Amino acid sequence: MSVVETNGKQTVLDGMVAIEMLDKYELIVIGGGPAGLSAALSAREHGLKRILIVERDVDLGGIRNQCIHNGFGLHYFGEELTGPEYAAKFVDRLEGQSIDVLCDAMVLEIIPGEDGHVLRLMSMEAGYCTVRSRAIVLAMGCRERTRGAIQIPGTRAAGIFTAGTAQRYVNIEGYMVGRRVIILGSGDIGLIMARRMVLEGAKVLACVEIMPYPGGLARNIVQCLQDFDVPLYLSHTITKIEGKERVEKVTVQEVNDRFEPIEGTEKVFDVDTVLLSVGLIPENELSHVAGVEMDAKTSGPIVFENGETSIPGIFACGNVLHVHDLVDFVTTESEGAGRAAAEYVLRQEDTTHVRMCENESYISLVIDESVAYTVPQRIRVLRIDDGVRVFFRVKAPHKTPKRIVFRDGERIVASFRRPYMTPGEMEHVTLQRAELDNVSGNELLISVEEIR
Amino acid sequence: MFDVAIIGAGVVGCAVAYELSQYELRVALIEKENDVAMGASRANTAIIHGGYDPEPHTMMGKLNVEGMHRCFELCEELDVEHKKTGSWVVAFDEEQRVTLQMLLVQGIANGCEGLDILEGDVVRLQEPNLSDEIVAALWVPESGVLNPWEFALAMAEVAVRNGVIFMPNTDVRDLSWREDHYEMGARVVCSGDETTIRARHVINAAGVESDRIHNMVAPPAFEIVPTRGEYYILDGTAAGHVVRSVVFPCPTRAGKGVTISPTIHGDYLVGPNAEVIDDRTDTSVTRSALLDIADKARRVVPDLDLRTSIRNFAGVRSNSTYGDFFIEKSATNFIDLAAIKSPGLTCAPAIARVARKMLCEEGIPMERRVLWRGGRRVIRFKEIPEEERAAFVRAHPLYGRVICRCETITEGEIVAAMKREIPPVSIDGVKRRAGTGMGRCQGGFCGPRVLEIIARESGRDPLCIEEDGCGSFMLIGETKDPTCREI
Repeated sequence: MSVVETNGKQTVLDGMVAIEMLDKYELIVIGGGPAGLSAALSAREHGLKRILIVERDVDLGGIRNQCIHNGFGLHYFGEELTGPEYAAKFVDRLEGQSIDVLCDAMVLEIIPGEDGHVLRLMSMEAGYCTVRSRAIVLAMGCRERTRGAIQIPGTRAAGIFTAGTAQRYVNIEGYMVGRRVIILGSGDIGLIMARRMVLEGAKVLACVEIMPYPGGLARNIVQCLQDFDVPLYLSHTITKIEGKERVEKVTVQEVNDRFEPIEGTEKVFDVDTVLLSVGLIPENELSHVAGVEMDAKTSGPIVFENGETSIPGIFACGNVLHVHDLVDFVTTESEGAGRAAAEYVLRQEDTTHVRMCENESYISLVIDESVAYTVPQRIRVLRIDDGVRVFFRVKAPHKTPKRIVFRDGERIVASFRRPYMTPGEMEHVTLQRAELDNVSGNELLISVEEIR
Repeated sequence: MFDVAIIGAGVVGCAVAYELSQYELRVALIEKENDVAMGASRANTAIIHGGYDPEPHTMMGKLNVEGMHRCFELCEELDVEHKKTGSWVVAFDEEQRVTLQMLLVQGIANGCEGLDILEGDVVRLQEPNLSDEIVAALWVPESGVLNPWEFALAMAEVAVRNGVIFMPNTDVRDLSWREDHYEMGARVVCSGDETTIRARHVINAAGVESDRIHNMVAPPAFEIVPTRGEYYILDGTAAGHVVRSVVFPCPTRAGKGVTISPTIHGDYLVGPNAEVIDDRTDTSVTRSALLDIADKARRVVPDLDLRTSIRNFAGVRSNSTYGDFFIEKSATNFIDLAAIKSPGLTCAPAIARVARKMLCEEGIPMERRVLWRGGRRVIRFKEIPEEERAAFVRAHPLYGRVICRCETITEGEIVAAMKREIPPVSIDGVKRRAGTGMGRCQGGFCGPRVLEIIARESGRDPLCIEEDGCGSFMLIGETKDPTCREI
């Protein structure tokens, strides 16, 4: 006996769920956070009727559910919402859309095929199933970098949490993780948790960032650190954690331009808790298994202008594709991927079109050392209506106005002025179809340049 | 009154408990930590050593090959994760090639089979990522890797099933001979209560504390030289293929050197260094050692990407002034299985047999336990064949809920671990049994859910659940509890 939730109502399927579900869906969306929800809703709006969202947590909404602070939705809804409110807006929209939802379930494997992609998924309710779908949207989000990834010296005492795990304990489970806290890294979750811990009655002694500039949004530096008198130490890192059972002491040191600790700059903090906010990594294990071509710079799949990966019919959006700062951009990006997935499925019926698309040429977006990455990485010009939005991050902060230049060989195809840029804030520009039509080569080089 | 009290539930103590559980004896396995294998047994290179390294006249040399064979057998019998990978010892120059020759001769004397010295180019056909500078390597087919804490745990579980009493959180403070038995004064670690344990025979398997236990009943004969080794664990998915077999550099007096080995979980282990330290419990990792290990490892595998590290850890090995395992009857009815350093993990089953024979010689009656129940099976979802999974999950729905995403560990596996002979009491206790939190996110996602399952299954308050050892609490209270406020 298996249960699949449809329109908020539980539908009991019979025991032959595996067979019944096998060819039930045109689109399966993996992940029920903002990315997955937006993609599914958009695919529905663009004509798909048989859609399944698979979510590993017990509720839809993803990490938004533990982000109880405000600041979401300013771009997309024009109002300021909390994380759960933002997610709820999309969950509410599912009502009446005939989109199936399977929560508390994991997709274990994707096996791509020309005749639809096969997924192996499992939950207590549905059991272990094999399902086939025309299209797949990857929307698994990201995970936090851990202590091991950055090799912080010291003991293995309790009291060291990634900021997101601490956020879950405090905001969802209702437990305090510590009294005296230091935060390593100035990523947004760390900044948000600095404020949260203060509001919950903890003492946050410092936020320590190894780079000479903050990792998170400027607004979070102001609203979460400065407003609560939490000092931010730039070009500093934790060089020692002490404590047998629980963290007792942490040593912080300034670092030189090669990120090596400078002797004599030691500061010791008496803390029982270390929160890590040292980066997010797109969670792409399924993409790897599926054989999707990956971009080492984003740690996400390489995608075309519509979010399609190197495997036709598999799309990616949200933090699994590249780590965003703002959920609003996740939503718009995912709507694009959902729409593209719908178009892909509906065009499948038109076999002449499929044949035409094979070996379709594309322009690669190539970056120089001033740019960290772009998404998309490839543009099929013929597929663009008016323009294509290109997201990117710069490698280093620029405090004076600069321009972003797109070059076709020597010729400048497009150029955009920005008064201020920092790696912590994702940028985007829109390339017009007309500009791309004139590109002669198969590459566009993107760089940050002085304004002349 | 116990017939035998084993002090220390590391891999050696657990192996002795397993061995003795097969006889009609009342046995206590006493451990100061809250679980088995909490010292060097859990923080080591996880290797079943082939036996070419120790000198033939030493106890290490005498026990290694027997221990190696017995390790592989036990891993099969007790369903302990292991793999016979074989191992290489690599030489970078002609001088080291001579060392390989010496190791080959030594290995043959110790009873190793199938040893061979191969030229660098031939080695690189098997292990393409090894440095071009490697001129030759010793191939040791009869060796491999295992899950070291599961190995100790599996033996302890079978022992407990057959009547051995496991006494965790029990720190032996004094030991004295009373006419016909020993009286042990011990402190219950978390509560601070004092307790007395009586036993006719005592076995000292106290690892890094074994000299202190020895000195309670006998004149000092050796001194532990606590030697810390630090490690990296590299994520196998991210690191790509690194090595198929264990790769050692040529050994020096300081030890076997920085090793690169595959783990049974599909990751890679890189380390250790060897640093003599004062504090025997200091398992911190240091920047300098990690940098040093990285340099040495890159000499062997030049493209090794240490940015794929998911965890660093350190273990303290029980090196000693004695230079060999100290296996002696040091006082009346008192047997030292002390100073067990590398290859102690491999030798543990053989050491246990030696201990049993020594007990026999002390005159202890050894009668086979008639209803001894050996063997052990663990259900690991990942190992269930594809075609059987649907039926299995239908019959056992808890195995349909994945708790640890990185390693695909299900709630069924965690609950099963909670119901075995020695249930885990901490998040890391579950990790060591079920494998949760071993992967890329290091428990970031599954930690809160594992905590919840431990609390539910054991009926304990979530606030009392520790990350690892006694007192390593994860949470300090509920939110809005005024006693949790610092400001």
